[in-house]
Amino acid sequence: MALKTEQMILNMGPQHPATHGVLRLELELEGEIIQSVQPHIGYLHRCFEKHAEAMTYPQVIPYVDRMDYLASMYNEFGYVIGVEKLLGIQVPERVEYIRVIMGELQRIASHLVAIGTYGMDIGAFTPFLYCFRDREKILSLFEMTCGARLLYNYFWVGGLSHDLHPDFVRSAKEFVKYFRPNIKELNDLLTNNRIFIDRTANVGVLPLETAINYGITGPNLRGSGFKWDLRKDDPYSIYNKFDFDIPTGQGLVGTVGDCWDRYYVRIQEMEQSLRIIEQALDQLPDGDVTSAIPKRVKPPIGQVYSRVENPKGELGYFIISDGSVNPFRIKVRGPSFVHLGVMNEICKGHMVADVIAILGSIDIVLGEVDR
Amino acid sequence: MKNPEEIFNILKEKFGDAIIEFASSQPVDPFITVKPNEIDKICRFLFDNDELLFDSLMNLSGVDDANGKKAAGQNGDNIIEGGTLSVYYHLESTKFKHKLVLKTSAPRENPEVNSVESIWRHADWHEREAYDLFGIIFLNHPDLRRILMPYDWEAGHPLRKDYKNPEFYHGMKVPY
Repeated sequence: MALKTEQMILNMGPQHPATHGVLRLELELEGEIIQSVQPHIGYLHRCFEKHAEAMTYPQVIPYVDRMDYLASMYNEFGYVIGVEKLLGIQVPERVEYIRVIMGELQRIASHLVAIGTYGMDIGAFTPFLYCFRDREKILSLFEMTCGARLLYNYFWVGGLSHDLHPDFVRSAKEFVKYFRPNIKELNDLLTNNRIFIDRTANVGVLPLETAINYGITGPNLRGSGFKWDLRKDDPYSIYNKFDFDIPTGQGLVGTVGDCWDRYYVRIQEMEQSLRIIEQALDQLPDGDVTSAIPKRVKPPIGQVYSRVENPKGELGYFIISDGSVNPFRIKVRGPSFVHLGVMNEICKGHMVADVIAILGSIDIVLGEVDR
Repeated sequence: MKNPEEIFNILKEKFGDAIIEFASSQPVDPFITVKPNEIDKICRFLFDNDELLFDSLMNLSGVDDANGKKAAGQNGDNIIEGGTLSVYYHLESTKFKHKLVLKTSAPRENPEVNSVESIWRHADWHEREAYDLFGIIFLNHPDLRRILMPYDWEAGHPLRKDYKNPEFYHGMKVPY
């Protein structure tokens, strides 16, 4: 007699340690093989876009902090650039430099969380502690600058809330010197670890054409082997003044575009961020960081789509102004929201345990998925 | 690399009346307004054409234009009658690095726009979001259901300008 088989539905989440927040994945299984993945989101939805319509432009900044709470500096970056474009403001050079330094420090901090938690998701606990130890140092730099460790409200329209602490440049240089060898240590611990490679190589391969069609950006797109970085391809702020490389996935241990490639792009990007920080610290000009802040932010009627290379991908703000002090409409194109949409495509045919490896490798933050 | 005005001329020649206008007087991004029932054909052309190759949809956003007449509803609430809801498409070509903004508007009472999901899979979730928060219906979308709000949310579409928060959700008091 033939055994009767049927498909099984398995709910992963909403309270599951490996989903990095409140996310429910509805898995359709045939034995242990995945037939389809259906993400259910919205558990953190607070409709930031509706709130923003009742705020003035500067009042929105603390709200954007709370979207991708691991990369708050960069969220502010995209927003203030957008409003400045609408207003037609040119910010002082010192402000641009400080923004780039903070942005790149934030990129390292965000990648450290991504790498640390990724290791932990698939069974390597130690690198997590190493990563968070180093991230603490970056958060201390931020605390020294603006008093907050996670949600900064530091970038203002036309400037910054404070100038740098007198000790900042020295401390930041010290950090760069301290952190560089740690990347190598991280490689020894995790990147080249046999067990880690076995769990991630050839898993969750994302072909380039699919990636572009699904709107994938950031390290995930570069992991698929495409040299695309808004800092180079659509330069904003002063990124065209710095010398840095764009790492892409090479398929060193498996196929191009697998989980390991996406992971390794992040490791290499930290090194590049250090290079940018070093150059920016050396060239940092003097000046007043608050001189260009407008008394009243009241952009003319118009609309702008401003985008920046967030640590997780392309973060876009679509802002419509109706000529009043409140934004008429703000739409956020969050990279995490977009990247989660591709889960079904790349999970098919893998084992249940690989879902964790794939979800960790695309690095989402639920605060931004749900906004 | 082509600028938006050149692309507008190409589209105007190809699609005629479906392309309504080219707005470039406002800051910052100029945009092309098109008809909602032709948007999928226009996007397919932009996607396939060898000189344009818009292979990437950066963003898709719904907007409540709030350009209708303000009126009083049954309970004395402020509602908006008439006017339009719009959808903005931000397109980009990763090969030629040119960008384009398309806008299409549909009447508020019957907001039907053709889906571009079959061209860019990226549009899938963004269209669901626009449906969820604005109530814009995307024709031919394979799976048009709520995405951010609960599936059984009955109080309407929150990002509409005349949305009113319900007092109760399944008998539970909504805090504010």
